[in-house]
Amino acid sequence: MVEHFELSQAVSKYVQDGNTVALEGFTHLIPFAAGHEIIRQGRRDLTLVRMTPDLIYDQMIGAGCVRKLLFSWGGNPGVGSLWRFRDAVENGWPAPLEIEEHSHAGLANRYAAGASGMPFTVTKSYLGTTLGEIAEHAAFLDCPFTGQKVTAIAAVNPDVGIVHAQRADRAGNVHIWGISGVLKEVVLASRRSIVTVEEVVDELDRRPGDIVIPAMAVDAICEAPGGAHPSYVQDYYERDNAFYRKWLEISKERDSFMEWLTESVLEAR
Amino acid sequence: MNSPTTPRGLPWTSEEIMAVVGSRSLRDGMSCFVGIGIPSTVANLARALHAPNLLLVYESGVLGSKPTRLPLSIGDGELAETADAVVTVPEIFNYWLQGGHIDMGYLSSAQIDKMGNLNTTVIGDDYRNPAVRLPGAGGAPEIASFCREVTVIMRHRSRAFVPELDFLTSVGLGESPETRSELGLTGAGPRTVITDLGVLEPHPEDRELTLVAVHPGVTVEDVREQTRWPLRAARRIEETEPPTEEELEVLRALKARS
Repeated sequence: MVEHFELSQAVSKYVQDGNTVALEGFTHLIPFAAGHEIIRQGRRDLTLVRMTPDLIYDQMIGAGCVRKLLFSWGGNPGVGSLWRFRDAVENGWPAPLEIEEHSHAGLANRYAAGASGMPFTVTKSYLGTTLGEIAEHAAFLDCPFTGQKVTAIAAVNPDVGIVHAQRADRAGNVHIWGISGVLKEVVLASRRSIVTVEEVVDELDRRPGDIVIPAMAVDAICEAPGGAHPSYVQDYYERDNAFYRKWLEISKERDSFMEWLTESVLEAR
Repeated sequence: MNSPTTPRGLPWTSEEIMAVVGSRSLRDGMSCFVGIGIPSTVANLARALHAPNLLLVYESGVLGSKPTRLPLSIGDGELAETADAVVTVPEIFNYWLQGGHIDMGYLSSAQIDKMGNLNTTVIGDDYRNPAVRLPGAGGAPEIASFCREVTVIMRHRSRAFVPELDFLTSVGLGESPETRSELGLTGAGPRTVITDLGVLEPHPEDRELTLVAVHPGVTVEDVREQTRWPLRAARRIEETEPPTEEELEVLRALKARS
């Protein structure tokens, strides 16, 4: 049964220490406000899942929330490295970070298998690569029909899936348009889901190419205008590319990161 | 941004020569799976010059995007707003890429070996304790596997052109002519490697990457110096046609708008 919450209430009700949590959004609709709320509430030992960790997971890793990361591409697109992620992997700061890595296709299919209620799905990824040798959640099989070698990709079912959307109605139906990435898959694969939205409206104005996630798949709706900044929300605001570039200088050193974290997240409400 | 190995006194940068040479290999009407950075520059330059109907595919799920400026990320709003179709990420990888609908894939890499295998994962011997943690696979392994052909575009430096990769992220040409098909990989793999020094192609017999062209002002020795395996050179090495004024103008205007 979907409920409308303040974001802080939804996070404290559904996100617990040690949980596996996926905050998704492929460049578009990244749920920054929810990530910052998790940091403020001091959640620890999380296993985070996300295709492109982006700035939001760089911040959560640097803030010490994360024990393990499942991901497929860990950079700042068009800008460079994610330094908090690199510092955790290369130097164990602020804590050692376990990683499990995939390709985009691999992780997208882990969500799709999870959403389908399957233990795994089948692809042709990782054949002939080192990824295939190290992958804990991929295994090679012979096709029962043709004998061809294929790859089994294990499902992922996060404890909590968190996404941002343009709108929801009062009944809790979620309305998304533009690049939708794996948003539907992560909501359906997760045991609980929190959706932050730009606005709650009386009626959804449907448009070509949009998707609606019916309320029955959602647990919490939280109004969080601007909640995807510095990523973007189509038809609401643009990507703040200047901040993505600036992140390089904020995040490169531990001191400047901690200063930013205190000022912009911990003491900001 | 001239690098130390770019010959001095030439009116273009190492990135510009790579982008121009790369754009020339794209034909109008092709579908092209492009990553961010130089692959996106190359594809949009070709679209502006001689391939207006080049179909750009970005891994964020956009097909047939027509951006007017270079996007900073693969999911910028303009890519979706100007696309023929926007699909989900599982659909773009499963149906469109693995399904075999994309002609050309453009990839860049931190390391490459003489068989065109690519590493974008870690530098160092110990995967669990790497000297450098790179961004990782992204879409590259499947682009390398399932596009009909692949062009690799990267700066030619000895730290990148290595005898042995620290990690094999994306499969290149394979140990034998049958390797790729035995693995079920439907595309041909890298047909061209474009660097800021020259162009490499697989040898017709054993598929080892072979130098076939050098850019103006570059010698075969310069390229060998930046390659940490004994680089084979074709009997006749072409010299790349220098970038034309039009190519450079259009490229610079594109960068200036972005």
